[in-house]
Amino acid sequence: MGEILDVTQRPNFPELLWTHVVLCVVSLLIAIAIAIPLALAVRDTPLGATIAINIGNVGRAVPSIAILALALPFLGYGFAPSLLALTLLAIPPILINASTGLREVSREVMDAARGMGLSETQIFSRIQLPIAMPVIFAGIRTSAVQVVASATLATFIGGGALGELIVEGLQRDDTAVLLAGSFTIALLAIAAELIFGGLERAFTPKGLHLARKKK
Amino acid sequence: MGRMHLLQTYGPLIEWDWISENFVEDILPALQGHIFLSAASVAIALAISLPLGIFAARYPTAYAPVTFVTGLLYTIPSLAMFGILITVPGIGIGPRAVIVALVAYSLLVLIRNVVAGLDAVPPETVDAARGMGLTSRQILFSVELPLALPVIVAGIRIATVTIIGIATIGAYIAGGGLGKMIFDGINRGFPTMIITGAVLATALAIVADVSLLAVERRLRPWARTRRA
Repeated sequence: MGEILDVTQRPNFPELLWTHVVLCVVSLLIAIAIAIPLALAVRDTPLGATIAINIGNVGRAVPSIAILALALPFLGYGFAPSLLALTLLAIPPILINASTGLREVSREVMDAARGMGLSETQIFSRIQLPIAMPVIFAGIRTSAVQVVASATLATFIGGGALGELIVEGLQRDDTAVLLAGSFTIALLAIAAELIFGGLERAFTPKGLHLARKKK
Repeated sequence: MGRMHLLQTYGPLIEWDWISENFVEDILPALQGHIFLSAASVAIALAISLPLGIFAARYPTAYAPVTFVTGLLYTIPSLAMFGILITVPGIGIGPRAVIVALVAYSLLVLIRNVVAGLDAVPPETVDAARGMGLTSRQILFSVELPLALPVIVAGIRIATVTIIGIATIGAYIAGGGLGKMIFDGINRGFPTMIITGAVLATALAIVADVSLLAVERRLRPWARTRRA
C-alpha cells in the first residue's frame, strides 16, 4: 500500500493527472458544444432526429481504442490527436440523449402550454428544455465517464495521461506503479460519475421530482 | 504538410493484399477469438445475474446494494480494471483476466433488466397461475421468466454490444481477439491492421445488436400485433 502511495509522490504524477483531467474536460466541453446545438437543430424534424440518433448509435458501436488508433495515420502521435479522438467518442451519447430527450416531451404537455397562450419560444425554454434536462445530463454523464476511461488509452498514441503508469507498470513488471495508475483512474471515473450524477439531479426540475415520487 | 507526411510514413490506409494474404491465418482466428471472449463472458454473467436478479426482485431491499456494487464495477475504466485484475493471484495476464472483467461489466445491465422484467409481470397473471394450482417454482419458470424474457434479452443485447467494444482493449493484456490487430497495427505503424480490426469489431457489435433485437421482437409477439 505504501509503495502505491509513493508513486503518487513522483514528480511526473501531477503532470500525468493534469493531462488526464485536461483531456477529459476539454474534449467533453467541445463535444457538448457540438452535440447540443445539433440536437436542438433537428428537434422539430423527425427525420433529422432519427438520423442523429442512428449516427450516434453506430458511433457508439465503434470501440474506443479503434477511434484513438485511427487518429494515428491521419494526425500522428500526441496530445491533439488524442483530444480529437476523445471528442469524437464523447459526442454520440450526448447527441442520442439530447435528441431523444427533446423529442419525447409529451405532445399533450406542449399542447396544454400552447393552450395557456405560451409562445413557441416560451414553450421551448420553459417546458421542453426543462423536461428534457435530466435526460440531456444523463447523456453528458455517460460521456464524461467514458471519456475518463478512454483518456487512459491516449497513452497508446502518445497523448500522455494516467494510462502511462499502467503501461510502465506492465512493462517493468512493477505492481506498485501498475496499481497506482489503475486506482487513480478508477477513482477519477467514480468521481466523474458522482459529480455528473449530482448535476443531473440538480438540473431536474422540482415538478419532475414530485411526479416521480408519486409513481 | 503534416497530413501528407504522415500518410507517406504510414503508407496507404488499406493494403488489400495484406488482408487477402492474412485472412485465413490471422484475421479469421482474431474474429473467432473475439466472438469467444464476448460470448463466454455474457454466458457466465447471465449465469450469475439470473439468480441474483430473481433474488433482488423477490427481496426489494437487496436491489439497492446489488446495483450499487455492480454499478461501481461498471464505472471502473477497463484498462484500470485489467491492471488491477492481473495482480490478483490465480488470474494473471491473459484471457482469464479479460473474461473476469467483461463479466463484471455485464452484471449491472443484466441484473437491472432481470429485475425490471420480473417486476413488469402483472400481479393478476401470477395470481391466476397460483389459482390454477401452480407451485412458486412452476410460476417462476413457466410464467414469470417467460414473460420477463424480452426485457432480459434487451439486457443481453446492451451487455453484448458493450462487451464487444471493451474486449478489444483486453488484447493489451494478452487476451487476444480483434484488439490484437489494432495494437499490433499501432506498434508497427501499419494502418491496414488498425482499420481491419476496428471495422470488424464495429461490424460484430452491430450484427450482435441487430440479431439480438430481432430475437427480442420475436419474443414479444403481443407488441408486434399491436403495431400491425
